Amino acid sequence: MTSIDGIEIYPVISLVIFFAFFIGLIYWVFTTNKATIKEVSQYPLED
Amino acid sequence: MEKFYYDNAIVRKFALATIMWGITGMLVGLWAASELVWPGVNLTSWLSFGRIRPLHTNAVIFAFVGNGIFTGVYYSLQRLLKTRMFNDTLSNINFWGWQLIILAAVITLPLGLTTSKEYAELEWPIDIAITLIWVVFGWNMIGTIIKRRTQHMYVAIWFYIATFVTVAVLHIFNSVEIPVYFMKSYPWYAGVQDALVQWWYGHNAVAFFLTTPYLGLMYYFVPKAANRPVYSYRLSIIHFWALIFLYIWAGPHHLLYTALPDWAQSLGVAFSVMLIAPSWGGMLNGLLTLRGAWDRVRDGVVLKFMVVAITAYGMSTFEGPLLSLKSVNVLAHFTDWIIAHVHIGGLGWNGMLTFGMLYWLIPRMWQTELHSKKMANQHFWIATLGILLYTIPIYWAGFVQGLMWQQFNPDGTLVNKDFLETVTKLAPFYLMRVIGGTLYITGATMMAVNLYKTMSKGVFLANEEAEAAPRVKNYTDPASEHWHRGVERKPGKFVVLTLIVILIGGAIEIIPTILISSNIPTISQVKPYTPLELEGRDIYIREGCNNCHSQMVRPLRFETARYGEYSKAGEFVYDHPFLWGSKRTGPDLHREGKGNKQNRSDSWHYSHMLDPQEISPGSIMPSYEWIIDDDLNTSHTKDKISAMRSIGVPYPEGYEDKVFDEMGIQSAGIAERILEKLKDEGYDQSDIEALQNKEIVALIAYLQRLGSDIHNDPNEDK
Repeated sequence: MTSIDGIEIYPVISLVIFFAFFIGLIYWVFTTNKATIKEVSQYPLED
Repeated sequence: MEKFYYDNAIVRKFALATIMWGITGMLVGLWAASELVWPGVNLTSWLSFGRIRPLHTNAVIFAFVGNGIFTGVYYSLQRLLKTRMFNDTLSNINFWGWQLIILAAVITLPLGLTTSKEYAELEWPIDIAITLIWVVFGWNMIGTIIKRRTQHMYVAIWFYIATFVTVAVLHIFNSVEIPVYFMKSYPWYAGVQDALVQWWYGHNAVAFFLTTPYLGLMYYFVPKAANRPVYSYRLSIIHFWALIFLYIWAGPHHLLYTALPDWAQSLGVAFSVMLIAPSWGGMLNGLLTLRGAWDRVRDGVVLKFMVVAITAYGMSTFEGPLLSLKSVNVLAHFTDWIIAHVHIGGLGWNGMLTFGMLYWLIPRMWQTELHSKKMANQHFWIATLGILLYTIPIYWAGFVQGLMWQQFNPDGTLVNKDFLETVTKLAPFYLMRVIGGTLYITGATMMAVNLYKTMSKGVFLANEEAEAAPRVKNYTDPASEHWHRGVERKPGKFVVLTLIVILIGGAIEIIPTILISSNIPTISQVKPYTPLELEGRDIYIREGCNNCHSQMVRPLRFETARYGEYSKAGEFVYDHPFLWGSKRTGPDLHREGKGNKQNRSDSWHYSHMLDPQEISPGSIMPSYEWIIDDDLNTSHTKDKISAMRSIGVPYPEGYEDKVFDEMGIQSAGIAERILEKLKDEGYDQSDIEALQNKEIVALIAYLQRLGSDIHNDPNEDK
């Protein structure tokens, strides 16, 4: 590991991406419109 | 309202192919399993275990599950989008192209035409064909999404898109290889880098070929069969994004304790452990869809199959993170435990979901009732019993052998010094596997009969009439709407977003290892293979030796006590491809070469390849008579040297001119040593000349080179 210049930044970048991704995901899922969710979830049943 | 027709004809084609290839692929597996019980079943070169094990895995993954994916996608996509497929010609190119690729695999793999990389064994011309057909599939699917009548894309379609995008990326990156001649190539990457890319691919083949498309099918067919919407659509959104984000990082868990850099191993473990969250979220979402509908599970056979499938998914995805913990992996890696693990996934998750889907689809498309519900129920119980009878003994075999490898006497020596002692113990478990597998195939055959009779009595509806309102062209977002709803309406944006998400993990995992050669400490004694050894190595690849023998001594006491010095990253820098293997049906071979612990003679190898049971009573290795009989084909040797040089192996310029002289000297030496031992003084120059041109001599040259470079004097130039 020490042989790669600036590799210390890798775990930090990974952590930041990871956290941001999941915070964003959770925020979005809990703020979506209930009616749309309901509508889309019925799709397989309408032939 | 617009009137249109769903294309059922293409679904029928894929469904029939699924059934046919499914039974074929399972039969090949049964044959391979029998070879481990009765080595005599290795009847010919093209039926030997090393060649048909890859045929089994490829047939089951790409032929059975592959056609299963297309069956389900072509059926559900049209209905979820309220439109016919984008283009019928593309659908048919997709179908026939895919079948031709499978046929090519059925022919080339038994012939020993293989890259050796697991689940990517097919050679470069077939790789190109796979790329083209996959593009046709994606083009057809995205075209269909664009001309849809619904406003949004249901979650199943997200899984299909992720499958298309990621499999394309994986296939292209793992197939960077340079062709030497027709049906022979060397991968661009070598050693540790090749291993990392291969298992990034291998793991994600499981993730994006065996898992995500089938989750899409689950999200369509389970609500369909239960006649109620999925338990939580919100949970399915989290399931999707979390799963594709995490899966792509987890590949290195296949390489724990190997010569892969530690940081990459740790990264793989961390993400593998986290994977349990979305996987179980998805499993619970599937099972909870049936809340209040359990009477339907009892009464209908379709849901029974699906419940077992989802349960098996839950078991596999619990076990996966467990196996990626280093302490568990030490015991499980290289043993049958892994074989049991993948068969919970293969037989349980993929197999049972496919069966459930077919029992649901066929009567509908043929507008009739299932021929025999009783027979389908019998199939269900036989298949379930078959899974248990297959996996329980094989888990047991894995534990037994893993523990036996690790046992030490109080004086510090190994209890089971001879690897063979740990193999002969497994015979009864291997026999039980054959029985379990036979049951499973019996069930699948019953399904084929049942469905055939259903088709015979029904009338096939090739074009199913449907009606839907056209999509609102200038759809304006409701003010309260969230941005993602917009993304869901735009397939192009969705594809790009999916691509970015999977590339993040892939890039962070792979780029440091690929770009920075200092990641792999060089060892000055390690030199390129001689031309004869290189030819021997290609025979090793052709015979699929890596299917049963690893070349990776882990830095663990019980490993070094058995095999010798542990394997170092720098020893593999000229290995295009790497041949670390993933399963030890036989012992590790990395320290098989001269000067190592085993230090076997050339004549030992000769006699052992001719008749393994004669040399090692109880061995389950096939005889390799043809390697002893056949002359080595040297017509491509010079091209191989040039190809290797072009991908960074430091053969000097003009070395091609000396190739045959060097081969002659090395092969004559080996031939003479063999004859000396086997024939005493009763041989002459003509015997040496006859033997030295045989394939066996090249193979022995390679085996004697394995892991021996570290004993060379670092100051001496070889």
